[in-house]
Amino acid sequence: MQWNNWNDFLHMGGYAVYVWGSFGACALGMLLEPWLLKRRRHAILARLSGQENVQ
Amino acid sequence: MSHSLVNWFKYASPASFYPLAGRLIPYFASAAAVLGAIGLWIGLLFAPTDAQQGEGYRIIFVHVPASWMSMFVYCIMAFWSALGLAFKTRLSGMMTAALAPTGALFAFLSLWTGALWGKPMWGAWWVWDARLTSQLILFFLYLGFIALQSAIDDPRRADKAGALLALVGVINVPIIYFSVQWWNTLHQGASVSMTKAPSMAHTMLAGMLVMALAFWAYTIAIALMRVRCIMLERELSSEWVKRNATE
Repeated sequence: MQWNNWNDFLHMGGYAVYVWGSFGACALGMLLEPWLLKRRRHAILARLSGQENVQ
Repeated sequence: MSHSLVNWFKYASPASFYPLAGRLIPYFASAAAVLGAIGLWIGLLFAPTDAQQGEGYRIIFVHVPASWMSMFVYCIMAFWSALGLAFKTRLSGMMTAALAPTGALFAFLSLWTGALWGKPMWGAWWVWDARLTSQLILFFLYLGFIALQSAIDDPRRADKAGALLALVGVINVPIIYFSVQWWNTLHQGASVSMTKAPSMAHTMLAGMLVMALAFWAYTIAIALMRVRCIMLERELSSEWVKRNATE
């Protein structure tokens, strides 16, 4: 383990903005993408079941 | 031989690929989550501090995998495009279209994390250097592909136009990769090379490779999720969709 305490870890040796800005952006992008795809899928399935009701 | 060919082409039809993709998604999604957790654990908690770059170097644990994926994804798109133009399989165009947004995301993340690394290390968010500029072009190629496809209503023509763009644009990938050798750039050389021993500590290398595998698994899971959406949207009125969509 590289860190003595939680504050050291968050501080990242003075690079906190850069390190957390990078990891944060990746986390955001890679959580947002599957979430958007799930919504897209639900929208299609809703349309499909709507079609069935009409027929 | 002929038997395996028949089986292969069976999965080139959306109706049989759709359920297969659905069964594969959970495996790749869990692999991405587990590998991502291990990679973050190694990269953020265990990898030693870099002698020159302090803790700032930890950005490479996302920067390098994102950059690699942005280049790989474009190559895979070019591969599917060539297949689609040669064999006219519907699945090829759908796979190419399913990969593009994820490739664009990784190209963007590569540039974003690169800027956050460049500011403290080089003193600049951005420089017009060969590596950075060719990577920016890759990002624009992705955006161009998405814009081109969405501008054409007929899916077959959209696939054809997109395939041509993907095939022409793939020339940029080796330019990105070799830019650090061909030109005198500010960007450091390759972190991992086939011919030399890695220039970094083993823990750092392990963290980076595990993160790269996590990004791979993520990309496959996401591409399969998106290709399933594309299949349903394009074939909404066909019989197999009505039968299978609710599975």
